[in-house]
Amino acid sequence: MAFIEIVKKTHIDFIGLRKRAFVLSFVLVGLGLLAFVMVLLGKANESVDFTGGTALQIRFSTQVPIHDLRAALLQGGISDVQIQEVTGTRDFLIKTKLSDVGQEKIQGKVGKILSASFKDKKFEILSANMVGASVGKELKKDAVIAIVLAMLCIVAYIWWRFTFIFGIAATIATFHDVLAMLGLFYVLHLEMNILFITALLTVAGYSLTDTVVVFDRIRENMGKMKSRDEFGGVINKSINEVLSRTLITSLTVLLVLAALLVLGGEVLFDFSLALFIGVLVGTYSSIFVASPLVYIWRKRAA
Amino acid sequence: MLKSLKFRAILVLVFLVIFAVFLVPNFVDLKGAAKRYLPSDKIRLGLDLKGGMHLLLAMDTSKMMENMTDRKFNGLKDGMIRDGVRFLNLERKGEVISVSIKADQKDKLYNLLGKEYPDLKVATSRTEGDVLSVDLSMVEKEANQLKENAVRQALETIRNRIDQFGVSEPIIVQQGEDRILVQLPGVKDPERALELIGRTAQLEFKLVDEDNAAKYSSTGVVPEGDELLPMKSRNRETGVTSTTQILVKKQSLLTGDLLTDARVRIGGEVAGEPYVAIEFSSEGARLFDQITGANVGKRLAIVLDNTVYSAPVIRERISGGKAQITGSFSMDEATDLAIVLRAGALPAPVKVIQNITIGPALGQDSIRRGVYAAILGALLIIFFMVFYYKASGIVADIALFVNMIYLLGAFAALKATMTLPGIAGIILTMGIGVDTNVLIFERIREELRLGKTVRAAIDGGYSKAWVTIFDAHITTLITTFILFMFGTGPIKGFAVTLSIGIVINLFTAVFGSKVIFDWVLQKYKPRSLSI
Repeated sequence: MAFIEIVKKTHIDFIGLRKRAFVLSFVLVGLGLLAFVMVLLGKANESVDFTGGTALQIRFSTQVPIHDLRAALLQGGISDVQIQEVTGTRDFLIKTKLSDVGQEKIQGKVGKILSASFKDKKFEILSANMVGASVGKELKKDAVIAIVLAMLCIVAYIWWRFTFIFGIAATIATFHDVLAMLGLFYVLHLEMNILFITALLTVAGYSLTDTVVVFDRIRENMGKMKSRDEFGGVINKSINEVLSRTLITSLTVLLVLAALLVLGGEVLFDFSLALFIGVLVGTYSSIFVASPLVYIWRKRAA
Repeated sequence: MLKSLKFRAILVLVFLVIFAVFLVPNFVDLKGAAKRYLPSDKIRLGLDLKGGMHLLLAMDTSKMMENMTDRKFNGLKDGMIRDGVRFLNLERKGEVISVSIKADQKDKLYNLLGKEYPDLKVATSRTEGDVLSVDLSMVEKEANQLKENAVRQALETIRNRIDQFGVSEPIIVQQGEDRILVQLPGVKDPERALELIGRTAQLEFKLVDEDNAAKYSSTGVVPEGDELLPMKSRNRETGVTSTTQILVKKQSLLTGDLLTDARVRIGGEVAGEPYVAIEFSSEGARLFDQITGANVGKRLAIVLDNTVYSAPVIRERISGGKAQITGSFSMDEATDLAIVLRAGALPAPVKVIQNITIGPALGQDSIRRGVYAAILGALLIIFFMVFYYKASGIVADIALFVNMIYLLGAFAALKATMTLPGIAGIILTMGIGVDTNVLIFERIREELRLGKTVRAAIDGGYSKAWVTIFDAHITTLITTFILFMFGTGPIKGFAVTLSIGIVINLFTAVFGSKVIFDWVLQKYKPRSLSI
């Protein structure tokens, strides 16, 4: 019978490639740890959800140069402000860590400044997000708790379904993915908001799914194993067997995410990008991180 | 029974019909009998899709406690003078009342406290020589009770204000100990709504202290028992608002809780200008009658939230309990003032600690983009599956379609709220649904490669893939539960769609596509499989 195959039957020595893969993984994890420290120091590009402050999305009726907007806001007394132009539109994102100037809310203040500075142009505040500093801290705490709790629950589940070693390997692979996403987002200077946390958790779940598929097959093939020395071969065989399924499912998920990236608009772009990166990293880690870790552990123990 | 193809097929179809019925209201407006017996709710849209305002308010209960302590303080002072308890010092520091007395006055003080102030407790007491210093504070249980009541009252007041302002389907709930969550979907003028909700609206009538005004302006010292309040006035010709300071007596003679009604009227001092006509309760009317009677010729300041709106001269005694608040208002301002006065004051000031406002334009934009992305994603998957798995791909596509009907129908049936991340959740569910089929199909291919018959390969593929599919779905379900627990509005939407999607996917992956395969096998008994 003939099937259309993206991947023919393969005999790739994944265990043999582990050292090269670990170099890449160390770089990704290192970036992630750096990003994590930066988040703790408050130097990462966090959204007002976590820092407290105000974010506004404004649409002008006609094109306005970004420096005019910046000058107008500066003159109006709002100095600590980030302005970003949404490419291809007349929209701007304005972000500041302030939630009010004196008695006045930033939102109202910006409105006044803009109507005074751009008298001949109409504008509309599409959305406003004001978060008090205390709420920001709580949201950040909740996000961290959510991530840790989710990871713990998943790991507990894997431990229960497999063995301790598999559980540990799956945990490390999952942390690897989360850190890699964090690191890449930090390097790309993309905003970390609540949606990003959602993406992190979703990817943690997704990557585990991928890892579970490989582990399932390893367990199945281990039953047929005659001696311990064959373990590396069994892992290679298992990964090769599920490789086409791993790649095709990633491909289908990436296809829908690509649709979201292209058509989802400004609000969903970063979210879809996070998921996109996460699926790539998750697929990589289930092949090159989780299984080789089990191999190394077993070899040490023997 | 689960083995019977007929049973499984009927199960799938029955669910399909049920969930499809829940989706009907989204496409046609039901009328008559259909409306009575069929579900008639459209899928609810979250604020991020519909536009609207999400506010988190924190009550400043410390301010309220201070006011309460102040009242106790005044009462205690009068009580001590009346009972002849001689004190060296008596003052209020925040929520604490400090008393210093000679030690021999102790019994008299404690007697008074025990008899008339059971809600005050001795926080600390120390003796230096023959001087006894006592710090009094509210009993904790009492204080908590007060705070609880304050939040409840604030909820009620805010609900009243919003009802009168006219927003459909508002959500006003308590969150945590002293927070209030307000959601106003589709509100047209968010700034005005915010102004209306956030205002304490404490109305007070105070006498203007004109006797001391000259002394104050020369010395700059605010006399004992007086306070300086801002007074806003608008120049009627230029429309410019200016703020001046006005010296008033601290004591408020009458407060807004004695009002029974407040209405906007037009005309009065200046033709065509709106003002607010207020009516007092019988007790308020009696007090107002007394106050105006005793102070003819003086100016009475009408103070709202520590800002003087107007300070007219009392020309004569006013009986009947009616008065006017003028202040060169716009029509909207006067309307809102009437609303807050009718709805009553908040027991304590509130602070807006989170405000998410989404304009309706952005919401519509988001829906359109989300739907386009979903359609494109679906098309990509459908074509890919047919391309890669041929006829079996069509089976997977049918399963995907059934999956989507189930998901949206269940969503409508649960009356969950759709948000933009929720749409992303739907799209992701499509991805996961396909993932499941890929797992199964790859397994079937493996079985076929081993030379098994079509029936054996399909059965083997499904049963072997099941373990993996189950594990995969459980791990994702765990994360969605946690997202649901910790997430706020939009994230909850994502968690809800994804978790419903996963549960349904487990069902359709095993029942949906398997039913089609089994039916084909039974009917055509194929020798080979297009996969």
